[in-house]
Amino acid sequence: METGGDVLVIGIGDGYRGDDGVGGYVVRALRARSLTGVRVVEHTGEGCSLMDRWSGARLVFFADAVVSGAPPGAIHRFEPTAEPGPGFVGHMRSAHGFGLAEALALSRALGRLPERLVIYGVEGREFGTGAGLSPEVQRSADEVVRRIVSEIEEALLRRAPAHRVGGDVAS
Amino acid sequence: MRSNVLKVDLLARVEGEGAFTATWRNGSEPDVKLRIFEPPRFFEALLQGRDFREAPDITARICGICPVAYQMSSVQAMETLCGVEVDPPIRDLRRLLYCGEWIESHVLHIYLLHAPDFLGYEDALRMAADHRGAVERGLALKKVGNDIVALLGGREIHPINVRVGGFYRAPKVDELRVLEKPLERALEQAAETVRWTAGLNFPDIERDYEYVSLRHPSEYPMGQGAIVSNRGIDCPPSGFEDHFVEEHVPHSTSLHAAVRERGEYVVGPMARFALNLDRLTPLAARLAKEAGLTTPCNNPFKSIVVRSIETVVAVEDALRIVRSYTGVERPAVPVTPRAGVGHGATEAPRGLLYHRYTLDSAGRIVNARIVPPTSQNQRSIELDVAAVIARRGDQPIEHLTWECEQAIRNYDPCISCSTHFLRLERRE
Repeated sequence: METGGDVLVIGIGDGYRGDDGVGGYVVRALRARSLTGVRVVEHTGEGCSLMDRWSGARLVFFADAVVSGAPPGAIHRFEPTAEPGPGFVGHMRSAHGFGLAEALALSRALGRLPERLVIYGVEGREFGTGAGLSPEVQRSADEVVRRIVSEIEEALLRRAPAHRVGGDVAS
Repeated sequence: MRSNVLKVDLLARVEGEGAFTATWRNGSEPDVKLRIFEPPRFFEALLQGRDFREAPDITARICGICPVAYQMSSVQAMETLCGVEVDPPIRDLRRLLYCGEWIESHVLHIYLLHAPDFLGYEDALRMAADHRGAVERGLALKKVGNDIVALLGGREIHPINVRVGGFYRAPKVDELRVLEKPLERALEQAAETVRWTAGLNFPDIERDYEYVSLRHPSEYPMGQGAIVSNRGIDCPPSGFEDHFVEEHVPHSTSLHAAVRERGEYVVGPMARFALNLDRLTPLAARLAKEAGLTTPCNNPFKSIVVRSIETVVAVEDALRIVRSYTGVERPAVPVTPRAGVGHGATEAPRGLLYHRYTLDSAGRIVNARIVPPTSQNQRSIELDVAAVIARRGDQPIEHLTWECEQAIRNYDPCISCSTHFLRLERRE
């Protein structure tokens, strides 16, 4: 289910692949809070359809599992619209590889990036079959939820000082 | 005399992991090897002992780009064996789902994987900066394919709604009707795609191919038909193994297929087009004529135009099905398993996809055989590359390498599909 508004949170991953489900976990936690003016979406990560999802949104957050060699549960934050983040140069080397990085690169080439785009990655430990997150990943996912909520509050406050996320004022 | 060696260690813009080497002495025939080193994936062994109803979902996992093809060939095999025919509206919905996959797969390849070759870009990202309108058109067109697959298949990637006997759930009329407007726009975009690709420059290479595809009494082949070739093959899907053999070659983890008495052959858009010109939808036929395509078209580089023509067919057909849909009485017919052998052959975006299953009386799969399009095209791909080297080998090596890779991508090869097999030998 999606709710209206120009703030969008997209959780990427496969809930039946252990810690790859962290994106979906974050999105479900945010959905439970029913934030006014914030759309939340779970997504497989297929690049073309991702690009379509964020069209029309001004502020977009991504939550995804990450494998970088950092300890499991480590939280990474990138803001590619503010700087060219590490590793976000897409290659389009194969069709299987058309994921978030390529979608971002192609959107940039086409001038279709949202105004602001923030990516939260949580380092995963276990990506085998089966549902459920590792304990340290789940703790970090809860932390990512808190940070995203606070970033959204801050952004909306900057736009309209009277606005509070989850409050009575509709955007 | 000096030997020339041309080597690409990791092919870009194809599905899966492969490489190629070509070795030749000036004046001699080049020896080309498409080296497929993606690990074997053992799907046929995985199916053994599973219930016959699981085949569409298990085999769909062979490919993230053409899962519908695997579902369609497997349900056809099971339904034929069990003596079941699905209701006409279900047949239409399955064709619509298949159209969605053709659109997605063809458009991805045309715009994001193959067009950069023709326009001189390393990849679509670099191309997008200069050809923004074209890339936008491609993305919009692909989205319609995605939407069809998501709506009928239950989700965008690895659809889960196809079952032996029909679907788990069929859409209501209103649910399907939302596709009408997007498909109308897509038809114009698909037509523009034909005009766009027809204007590209094509290296002047022709070969004399044996083309193999399905042929249906009334429609452009997709989910049903006899297996035919331009050299006299004409058999039902159950005759596949009488005409075609697969053999292992040391340089590939994918089997090479051949016509038993002749050798290499070609499946895919070029083959379907050559053998089914009279089955094109009206707009597709007109556009093919305007694009100057003749049959048989023997220049493999023009496959990008043929793929565009087939995209028009898929959009036109999808639109027809969406407009005429009046709902279903039941989403599936009951199926009782029978012991025996079932065969299925349908047209995946990349070409003929053959399945054969042996079931026991309880409906358990005793053994399975799957022959995907890319393994059938492998030898022909190698010969195309050899032809490029033989006829255009005087170019600078970078240009020649570029053109050889482009020649491989003419087939939109799916290496992940082609390495699904397992061959075990027991030695006592």
